[in-house]
Amino acid sequence: MLLKILFSFLSVTLLGGLLGVGLAVAAKLLAVKKDERIGDVESILPGANCGACGYPGCSGYAEAIVNEGASLTLCSPGGAEVAEKVAEIMGQSVEVSDVKMVAQVHCRGTRDTSKYTFDYNGLADCNAMMILYSGDKECKYGCLQGGSCIAVCPVDAIGRDEENRIWVDKDKCISCGKCIDVCPTHVMKWVPYDADYIVACNSKDKGAKTRKYCTVGCIACKICEKKSGDGGFVVEDFLAHIDYDMKGDRTAAVESCPAKCIISTKTAKAEIDEVKETVKVNDEN
Amino acid sequence: MKGLKTFSIGGVHPPGRKYLTDRKEIINAVIPGTFVVPMSQHLGSPSECLVSVGDKVSEGMLIGKSSGFISSNIHSPVPGTVKEIKDIYLPNGMLSKAVVIELEGEFDRLGKEQDTEDWKSLSKEDLLGIIAESGIVGLGGATFPANVKFMVPKGKKAEFLVINGVECEPYLTADHRLMLERADMILEGIRIISTIVEPERIAIGIEINKPDAIEAMEKAAEKVSFPLEVVPLKVKYPQGDEKQLLKAVTGREVPSGALPIEIGCVVSNVGTVHAVYEAVVLKKPLIERVITVTGGGIKEPKNLKARIGTPISSLVEECGGFSEVPEKVVVGGPMMGFTIYDLDTPVTKGTSGILALTSKEVKNTLRTSCISCGRCVNACPMGLNPTTLFKYIDHGEYDEAEQIGLLDCKECGSCGFICPARIPLIQGMRLGKKMLRKKKVKA
Repeated sequence: MLLKILFSFLSVTLLGGLLGVGLAVAAKLLAVKKDERIGDVESILPGANCGACGYPGCSGYAEAIVNEGASLTLCSPGGAEVAEKVAEIMGQSVEVSDVKMVAQVHCRGTRDTSKYTFDYNGLADCNAMMILYSGDKECKYGCLQGGSCIAVCPVDAIGRDEENRIWVDKDKCISCGKCIDVCPTHVMKWVPYDADYIVACNSKDKGAKTRKYCTVGCIACKICEKKSGDGGFVVEDFLAHIDYDMKGDRTAAVESCPAKCIISTKTAKAEIDEVKETVKVNDEN
Repeated sequence: MKGLKTFSIGGVHPPGRKYLTDRKEIINAVIPGTFVVPMSQHLGSPSECLVSVGDKVSEGMLIGKSSGFISSNIHSPVPGTVKEIKDIYLPNGMLSKAVVIELEGEFDRLGKEQDTEDWKSLSKEDLLGIIAESGIVGLGGATFPANVKFMVPKGKKAEFLVINGVECEPYLTADHRLMLERADMILEGIRIISTIVEPERIAIGIEINKPDAIEAMEKAAEKVSFPLEVVPLKVKYPQGDEKQLLKAVTGREVPSGALPIEIGCVVSNVGTVHAVYEAVVLKKPLIERVITVTGGGIKEPKNLKARIGTPISSLVEECGGFSEVPEKVVVGGPMMGFTIYDLDTPVTKGTSGILALTSKEVKNTLRTSCISCGRCVNACPMGLNPTTLFKYIDHGEYDEAEQIGLLDCKECGSCGFICPARIPLIQGMRLGKKMLRKKKVKA
C-alpha cells in the first residue's frame, strides 16, 4: 500500500519535473523576440485608442513606430509632450509646435435664425443629408446638425443644446480631428485651445445673400476689421477670419458686430456645461 | 399566371396605380416662356457648355458638348436667348450648371413637315455617330449614353438584343403609351439598333399588366421582316432593371460589376428606341421625352411629351394643378425617384414621371428599431443582405460593407419598401457609396 503511494508520488514528480525542464528549454529556444521599446512607447501614449494616428489603437501605433518607423508626431491627443518622450525612447529628435488646437463649430444657425428649404426626415447623418440638395438649410455652408461629429468623437466632447446647436467642450477635446474629417460642410474647424473668440459663421455667400438666409451669419461688413485693428480680423471670401497670432484686444469688434456672430469660446463652454447639467438632471429624474 | 417568365431572387409587389394615366393619350406639353437646361443630365462627366449669356440659340442647336467617353451632347429645346448661366439643384439632389433660355423667335421644326431620312444606306459607324451627336441617353432612368451602350467591343458578340418595355415602377405609363401609340416607330428604331448591334435574337419584355401593349407590339411585329419575340413577363418589381430583365428573358445572369455585353446581351428601353428612331429618321436630337404627370395630388393626371428643361411647375399647371397640398412631389417613379422641394426644378433626360403624392399615399410613419425579420433580405433582387449592410454603414465601417457587396446595390428600393421598421435603407446605401468614393479620392 505504502509502496503504491510512494510509486505514484514519485512518478508524478518525475513527470512534472521533466515537462518543466522541457518547457523551460522550449521557452529559451523558441522565444519570439519582442522589442521592449514597444511596451515603453505604448505606456507613454495616452491610451485613448482614438485612432487619430490612423493605426488601430495606441498599441498598433506603438508597434508601427518601433517596427515600421512611423512618424512620431501622429498622436494629436498626446501633443508635443508625448512626441518628445517617444522620441527619447527611439533616440530621435522631433519638433512639434506646442500650440494645442481644438475643434469648434463655426455656425450658430437654428430653426429660428436660419431659413430651411424642406423638412428632412431621413438618416441622422450629415453626409447623408449632404447628398440631398446639400442639406436642408438654405445656407449651404452651415452646420447641418445631423450629429455625425457627435457620433465619431471618441471622448464625448461634443454635445447639443436645446436648439440643436452643436458645441465642442474644448477641455475634453483631444485634437484627434475625427470630427473635422467627417464634417461635409467643413464648418468644424481648428482653433487654438486658448482662443478667446471665434467667428461663428462659415458662409462664403455675399453679405446680402447671407442676411437673407440667416440672421446670425457674417455679412462681411468689415466693422470688426475697423474696430479692432490689432485683433487679427481679416475679411476674406465674404467671411471674417481671426488670425490668432495677433494678440490684440478683440472686445470692441465683438461688441460692434451687427450679426453678433463673433462669440466667446467661454460662452461655448458655459453653454455645453449647462446642457450637460440639464441632461444629468433629466437622467436622474 | 403559371409558366410566365420572371427573375429568380427577391422582388416586391408595390401597388401599381397605373390606372390613373394608362388610358390617357400622349399629348404635347405647353411650351413655357423660360427653359432651364442642365449640363449634367446623364451618367458620366458633365457636358461642356458652348453658349454664353446673350447668345441666340435655335431649336435643336448644340449647346452642351460631350466632354468625355461617357458623356453626352445637349441641345437647346427651343429657339431663344440665353439669359443666364447658373448652378441649380437637379431632381437627384446634385448641383449642376444650367443654361436659362428665354423663348424667342421661330421654331425650325415644330409644326413643320420633316423629311425622312433613308438610313438604310448608312454604315454602323455613321448610325452610332448620329446617336452620339443627338445626345441620346438611356431614357429608362439610368441615363447611360446610348452610343456607348450600342458599341459592341471588339472580340465580343451580341447574341441578344433585349428591349425593355417592362416599366415596373408604379404610377408610370410613359413607355406603356409609347408602345401603344407608336409601335411602328419603335419597330423601326429596333431595326436601326439591330443594324448596329447585329444580334442573333431580338426580344421585347413586357409585364402582363399591359396586355394592350403586348398585343400592339405583336401586331406590329407581324408586319416587319425581322423576327421579334414578344415575351410576356410576370408582374414583379424591379423587373425593369437591366439585370433582372435579362435574367427573366434570357435566363442569363450579369456578373457583379460587369456590363450586359459580358454575357452577350444589349438592353435598351422602348423610350430610348423611340428616341433613336427620331434621331436617325427624323434627324431630331433628344430635346423632348414622354413624362407621366400623376399621383393622388394631381387634378388631371396626363402623359405629356415635354421638352427637356421645362420647369416642373409648368407641367403641374397643365395637369390642372394640385387637388390638395401634396405631402411629397417625387421626380421619377415612387420606388427610385427623388423628392424635390422646388417646383422650378427642370425636367431632364432622365425624368420619367412627376408624382404629387398625398399623405394617404406616403406612409410617413416613424422609424423604429430593426427586428431582424429578414424581409429586406428576401426582397433584395441582387441577393444582398441590406440589414447587415446598413448596420455596417451606420457604424461607419464602409470597407466591410463594400466587402459584402455594397457596390452591387442599385438602389431599387425594394428593401426600404418592405421594411416594417421604416429604416431608410436606401439612403444608407447611398451614404455608404458616397463615403467609399470619398475615401478613394483621398487615398
